[in-house]
Amino acid sequence: MDIGVQENQLSELKLKCNHIRQQIIKMVHHAQSGHIGGSLGATELVVSLYYHLMKHRPDDPLWPQRDRFVLSKGHCTPVLYAVLADLGYFPQEDLWTFRRPGSHLQGHPYQPKTPGVEATTGALGIGFSTALGMALVAKQRKEDHYYYVVCGDGEIQEGEIWEAAMFANKYKLDNVIAFVDRNYLQTDGNSEDIMPLDPLAPKWEAFGWSTFEIDGHDIGQIIETVTRARDCQGPVMIIANTVKGKGVSFMENAVGWHGGVPSQEDTDKALTELTNGA
Amino acid sequence: MTKYTFTEKQDTRSGFGAGLLELGRTNPKVVALCADLTGSLKMGDFKKEFPERFFQVGIAEANMMGLAAGMSINGLIPFTGTFANFSTGRVYDQIRQSIAYSEKNVKICASHAGVTLGEDGATHQILEDLGMMKMLPNMTVINPCDFNQTKAATIAIADHEGPVYLRFGRPKVPIFTPEDQKFEIGRAIRFTEGRDVSIFATGHLLWHAIEAEAKLADRGISAEVINIHTIKPLDRQAVLQSIAKTKCAVTAEEHQLNGGLGDSIAQLLAQNTPAPMEMVAVNDQFGESGKPAELMEKYGLSTNDIFEAVLKVLERK
Repeated sequence: MDIGVQENQLSELKLKCNHIRQQIIKMVHHAQSGHIGGSLGATELVVSLYYHLMKHRPDDPLWPQRDRFVLSKGHCTPVLYAVLADLGYFPQEDLWTFRRPGSHLQGHPYQPKTPGVEATTGALGIGFSTALGMALVAKQRKEDHYYYVVCGDGEIQEGEIWEAAMFANKYKLDNVIAFVDRNYLQTDGNSEDIMPLDPLAPKWEAFGWSTFEIDGHDIGQIIETVTRARDCQGPVMIIANTVKGKGVSFMENAVGWHGGVPSQEDTDKALTELTNGA
Repeated sequence: MTKYTFTEKQDTRSGFGAGLLELGRTNPKVVALCADLTGSLKMGDFKKEFPERFFQVGIAEANMMGLAAGMSINGLIPFTGTFANFSTGRVYDQIRQSIAYSEKNVKICASHAGVTLGEDGATHQILEDLGMMKMLPNMTVINPCDFNQTKAATIAIADHEGPVYLRFGRPKVPIFTPEDQKFEIGRAIRFTEGRDVSIFATGHLLWHAIEAEAKLADRGISAEVINIHTIKPLDRQAVLQSIAKTKCAVTAEEHQLNGGLGDSIAQLLAQNTPAPMEMVAVNDQFGESGKPAELMEKYGLSTNDIFEAVLKVLERK
């Protein structure tokens, strides 16, 4: 299948991921607050969507024909803001106001104020419903664009997710392509200890969704799978296996980096690793 | 002076249903969502005439609120329909984040509020909803008094950009406001002019306030009955002007004393012109099963309770 991505494009996207990861570290260090682990883990998903898969116009954030992205795991604003700033939705220097009074870059996405943010999210589960509400309107109007949603795996413990899952099936929302960012880690530890989620794909299939399971850090696989997902009837859930904290050795798979704040030393070390890995 | 009478009783929820149907015909942006209570909310006529604009979401209120937020982002005006209990407490987080904070043009339409829900009992009789909703920044809170006012309010909120909580009820109650009224959000309505006491009433209690006024008049007491159909934003000017004249107030509502209309008026008076005040409301209790009229008596929400509250506040003047 021609997925329309060349080797040189893949290399560029990988470099972009590296840059975004550095921005994430810098933002959270500068703010001394924020969610690093889940942001690093979702970087390939968000970068693949914004720099390759989605049609959108940073200089015209409300362009009606754009594809929409909803970060339902709203705490991972660092990756979203870093990408939106890099694309020019708002000035890069705004990143250094993240989580500060007066900034449009709130701890969690705030749709009325931030260009490029499609839905206010943060309290888990709600963003998923909001995205489906948007998608329902677009489907009824026969508009030709997609709704991409990223949920955390811990997030899908929320009952609202399953209410929404039933709804998307009932209304055959074939313009929805969602991801579970499956890193097995949530605030209190491993998801399978806290509230087991496996087996995940059969759960979504039982709710009427098409599913794919991929390596959430393999950009080629992300692009290929989303391209195939567009041909599915009804809503699609892509279970993206990821590593929380990906790209910085001492942050990978470490529960403490869900909401941990890096010291100057941590920051220097992380940026050195990323620079060397680029 | 105008004497209010009625010839017909109708439930306020039917006023909502009638208003929604009219909106269907006049405003193509209006859509309706319902969580398995279409008949109870009187949304059936809208559903029948506009099936493609009616969305049955099942018994899943949290999702309904999130969907409504999303539909408003894409330019529609969603009206959600379920009982007041499930329109507020059950989905407070969804409303707070994705509708109120996010300034979404969603109309939360809530039926069967208060003890007049009746026999189903306290599990379903919410008496805290006005308080929860009025605490949310950006939220407009409306509690109309009869069929005609509820219909007019339903139509009016579609033209108001922003989140609205519209509360109405189950039992048939007197229709005493004009059929052709224009509903003005945030504009209190003076029903009787008086000089001795101001009675601020909302929802089902307005009719009882009017009855109490007649009883008081027989005793030579002149009561000014004011309908506060919009709890938020409160018509501060109307309240303060009336109090400047009467120097005392009674509030009446089918709601907890904590957090209701009485609270809002007490706050306003305390900050501007402190005056003796009595509150007719439910006093920190849950309801129970019973006929609506029985429960209104038992929980201190009757005409006589308003009458007694006026006598009491007059002694404190």
